[in-house]
Amino acid sequence: MSLLNLSGISAFYGTSQALFDVSLELEAGEGLALMGRNGMGKSTTVKVICRMLPHKDGTIHFDGQDMARVPSYKAAQAGIGLVPEGRRCFANLTVYENLIAAARKGHWTFATVTDLFPRLAERHDQLAASLSGGEQQMLAIGRALMTNPRLLILDEATEGLAPVVRQEIWQAIATLRRESGLSILVVDKSLKELATVADRAVILEKGRTVWADRFDALDEATTTRYLGI
Amino acid sequence: MRRETFVNIAALAALFVLPVWANATGETYWVTLTTKVVILAIAGVGLNLALGLGGLVSFGHAAFFGVGGYVMGILASHLQDYVPLLTWPFLFEGSNQMPVIWLVALVFGALTALSIGLLSLRTSGVYFIMITLAFGQMLFYFAISWPAYGGEDGLSIYVRNEFPGLNTLVPIEFYGLCLTVLVAVLFLVWRISLSSFGLALGAARQNAERLQAVGIEPFRIRLTAFVISGAITALAGAMYADLNRFVSPNMFSWQTSGEIMVFVILGGVGRLFGPVLGAALFILMEHILGGMSEFWHIYLGFVLLGVVLFARGGLMGLLAGREVSHD
Repeated sequence: MSLLNLSGISAFYGTSQALFDVSLELEAGEGLALMGRNGMGKSTTVKVICRMLPHKDGTIHFDGQDMARVPSYKAAQAGIGLVPEGRRCFANLTVYENLIAAARKGHWTFATVTDLFPRLAERHDQLAASLSGGEQQMLAIGRALMTNPRLLILDEATEGLAPVVRQEIWQAIATLRRESGLSILVVDKSLKELATVADRAVILEKGRTVWADRFDALDEATTTRYLGI
Repeated sequence: MRRETFVNIAALAALFVLPVWANATGETYWVTLTTKVVILAIAGVGLNLALGLGGLVSFGHAAFFGVGGYVMGILASHLQDYVPLLTWPFLFEGSNQMPVIWLVALVFGALTALSIGLLSLRTSGVYFIMITLAFGQMLFYFAISWPAYGGEDGLSIYVRNEFPGLNTLVPIEFYGLCLTVLVAVLFLVWRISLSSFGLALGAARQNAERLQAVGIEPFRIRLTAFVISGAITALAGAMYADLNRFVSPNMFSWQTSGEIMVFVILGGVGRLFGPVLGAALFILMEHILGGMSEFWHIYLGFVLLGVVLFARGGLMGLLAGREVSHD
């Protein structure tokens, strides 16, 4: 049984339909890249998975549990950890407070998170608002890990960051995949970095699933057609 | 040591030293005045938990203050008048023991806050303010129309209630008791602010959706904080009624809610000792300016304007800087 299964999902913002019959599957321990141009429904799909946006048609199951009526905090409790687009830490809490506010029992503790991101230990007492963009991103990933998820969703995790910082964060995500075997769903456009963490890929076009296969099966024609790369 | 910690210690030291000095010099009036400051500060600390930490702008905390006051009034008046409060399923004649009264006030304050919170916390912003105000006013009019307990005239208690081992009629002893409660309440709120619960409450104030994404339900966190806040304010209400040996529907009025909020804003929203400084400044202004003019609230209005426009961290912000201490 797959860890996450979306089948025939449709979703709306008011009367405007954003997703049409979206389906995807993610096995335990797998890395899945969710790709597509801007405005194609990637973040909407993430919102549906995290139960921040209700879907209309279709089914969504996480670890066999029907998530249709589950509120977002229960989805997080069930093991779906989200690193939202645009970082979004709790600005008026310190690094330490951001991390422990969300902590649940498991492998990921303040110590193991700061092993992965040593810079967070250095900024222990600093308010999140005063961190650089890269550090805030590390904090957002650390905060999601502190909930000890079974599935980590990274929505545009390195967007708008300096290349050196991007590289540092992608290395950390690859380490996560390699050493913890955590299931990861990554929304991004960078093929080179996605190749280090993704086993499979799903491409969305105008709110529809148009391609789903192994990541290494992505060829130039597909990326040119659907991603404009 | 952070400046805020230093200011907190200085404020606490002043609360210990000044009344003792006033008592030693025979100025017991000042002891009673400081007792009023301490009790109102407890109410402010209660509101500050909901308002400062949780961002819940409650304009109905007088409801809890009044509930505490009436708990004291009802328990003590039954004993005083030799009319049992309960005859079934057991005989209960009321009580003049502060620990019993405080416990009942805490329970009823918490239950009232739970009832109000269950409804009002489903709203936010101006609707939350209006609903909490409406509940406060409902209880105000209920108290006015409750002749069994004095109706509009309120209820007088002839002798201050007792506390084991103390003579509560001696101002400095009653003051010491109230100060001990204030310190205990400050310690509780300080521990809450540092706990995971307190951090989650602060996070809910900043962004509830983000908090849900890490598996925490904001409603439950806010409701718990609102209940604790209501219970603390009810305790202050019971003590205030004991200080005055009188309860009246005014304890439920929106003016009382406003005054409690003014303590918090004057002292510094979200600052641990903010309500203590705010209550002290308020009572000092009431005493000094009120002696000069019965329209002293006009001056209070100017001070509030000044705080809102130029010192948004309140008195604590002026003394210790605007950043909230994480000590």
